[in-house]
Amino acid sequence: MTSVLLAQGLGKKYGKRWALRECTIDIPAGHVVGLVGPNGAGKTTLLKLAGGQLTPTTGSITVLGGPPTSGPAQLAKVGFVAQDTPTYAGLTVAEHLRLGARLNPGWDAAFARDRIERLGLDPAQRAGKLSGGQRAQLALTLGLAKRPELLILDEPVAALDPLARREFMQGLMEAVAEHELSVVLSSHLVSDLERTCDYLIVLAGSRVQIAGEVEDLLATHHRLTGPRRDPDRLPADQHVVSAGHTDRQSTFIIRTEGPIHDPAWTVGQITLEDLVLAYMDERTPAHRRPALEVQR
Amino acid sequence: MIWLAWRQFRGAAAMMAAALVVLTAVLALSGPDLAAQYSEGITDCTRSGDCTGFFDRFFDEHQTPFMAITLIVLVLPGLVGLFWGAPLIARELEAGTHLLVWNQSVTRTRWLAVKLTLAGVASMAAAGLCSLAVTWWSGPLDRSAAAGFGLMDPVVFGARGIVPMAYAAFAFVLGVTVGMLVRRTLPAMAVTLALFAAVQVAMPLLVRPHLLPPVSATFELGRENVDSFGMPPGGSPRVLLEDAIPGHTGAWVLSTRLVDPSGRPVGADAGGAVVPVSVTSGPCALEARPEQGEAGLDPCLAEINRLGYRQQATYQPFERFWPFQWIETGLYAALSLGLTGFCFWWIGRRLS
Repeated sequence: MTSVLLAQGLGKKYGKRWALRECTIDIPAGHVVGLVGPNGAGKTTLLKLAGGQLTPTTGSITVLGGPPTSGPAQLAKVGFVAQDTPTYAGLTVAEHLRLGARLNPGWDAAFARDRIERLGLDPAQRAGKLSGGQRAQLALTLGLAKRPELLILDEPVAALDPLARREFMQGLMEAVAEHELSVVLSSHLVSDLERTCDYLIVLAGSRVQIAGEVEDLLATHHRLTGPRRDPDRLPADQHVVSAGHTDRQSTFIIRTEGPIHDPAWTVGQITLEDLVLAYMDERTPAHRRPALEVQR
Repeated sequence: MIWLAWRQFRGAAAMMAAALVVLTAVLALSGPDLAAQYSEGITDCTRSGDCTGFFDRFFDEHQTPFMAITLIVLVLPGLVGLFWGAPLIARELEAGTHLLVWNQSVTRTRWLAVKLTLAGVASMAAAGLCSLAVTWWSGPLDRSAAAGFGLMDPVVFGARGIVPMAYAAFAFVLGVTVGMLVRRTLPAMAVTLALFAAVQVAMPLLVRPHLLPPVSATFELGRENVDSFGMPPGGSPRVLLEDAIPGHTGAWVLSTRLVDPSGRPVGADAGGAVVPVSVTSGPCALEARPEQGEAGLDPCLAEINRLGYRQQATYQPFERFWPFQWIETGLYAALSLGLTGFCFWWIGRRLS
């Protein structure tokens, strides 16, 4: 299977601060990839590197087999909906579609028109007068109608109210089903991604914490609850993601390929949200305890 | 891409076009009349022999519109830099729309090239047209201008011929560059204005006098180069020189001073250079003056000339107007090209 995004030791430095480092991932095609992490974790940096708006400080990145900054042909293959879904406030909806048609050789005018009509947007309306949700939909329409092989969305729903959020994600999923494109979208909320993504990347502290198909991730991660125990005494194939202790009890979230035999443990399924939170907190164990105790 | 660039620019372009249409219409309507007045005046004065008086009167009468349109041409490039150059990229960066347009199937280099070309050519065209109209209209006035307002003088030089075009190109690219670096429209406009104003002041003060080596020479004193000639009671005559040179009408005088027969500068006070000539006998004696007024002092001035006092001046002759226009246009064009190159480098490497 071909990779939509292949990064090797990718890093980006702003001045003295690393926004992203040692990022090595290989995302196969045909997935809806959720990129999740706290604010400032490097999500936007990774997406901008993939979109060719940034050049890496270290390492290499290829998107759909080509370097992201290689020119118009590459740009045509990748759609990008930027954070806060910017549009030209002074241009009307129709003019935005015209912009898309003028600037993209593969523009699907009929699709764009239909989608705007279905959304109930007035083509003569200026984009500056649209609501946040409508503007996001317009930006998504532009991203979709250029018929990319990969669509990248940077926090597309962060500024939207819950209803607009759901409509946006529904619209996106319909388009994905219709056009068979790969999608990478970022969010700092797992709930945005839970229903839509089948591949997940957790980014925290400017590093990739884990990446994989959601199904595999859920199958290999377990919550172990039992008598208090030191994490070092777990079997070697059980990687501790997070640990929480009370006086008598220990709770671990572990990753393991193999089965868990120790009868002392109560093995529990974890949700995607638990998993993401466990990885997001990995660097700061001191803050982890209260979060786990709340879950208990 | 051209469609988008034009769509974003057309409002500004329409406003500029409207302003230029009004300006050229006003100039076109009043120009022929002005030219007629001038040629009529010239015919009259060549018959009577006193054209200096006519020039003074003619220029005086039209000085207000003359200064006004000169000012328009001087200010236009700054406005172009401020309102076309600075927001061109800064506004996109501020609103985040650069991320929308950079993710269409057009490289950002091409995007910048189209935007720069369209608005840049429009800037030059606007300034060129404006300067052309003004240069044509003010032709008669430029030929009769008072000292300090000639074609070579800093105020007027920058508002005639082809340099306004180069100024506009430079101001525009300067605005674009600053906007790219500052990334915010209003601060970019302020910085552009400050930088452009500084360059426009530095040019005539520091650079233009040396574009070609200035000429130094000494001249006899006469009506053309003496601004005032006074004899305070009981004191030596005072000579105040004008920034003009006999026989070189329209020259740009960089410095002028009175020197004594041995070539040393003559000491001066508020009234002018103090000429140590006898006031008790000879043509400069008080009783030698047959009548009051300027004409009465002519014999004394002749005596001062005879004694060897001269005006020593460095100047750029009027004939260098066009060479200077070309050289300065070249300088600004080079600056503009340099900044343009920087813009392309910056957008490719540094900007995100």
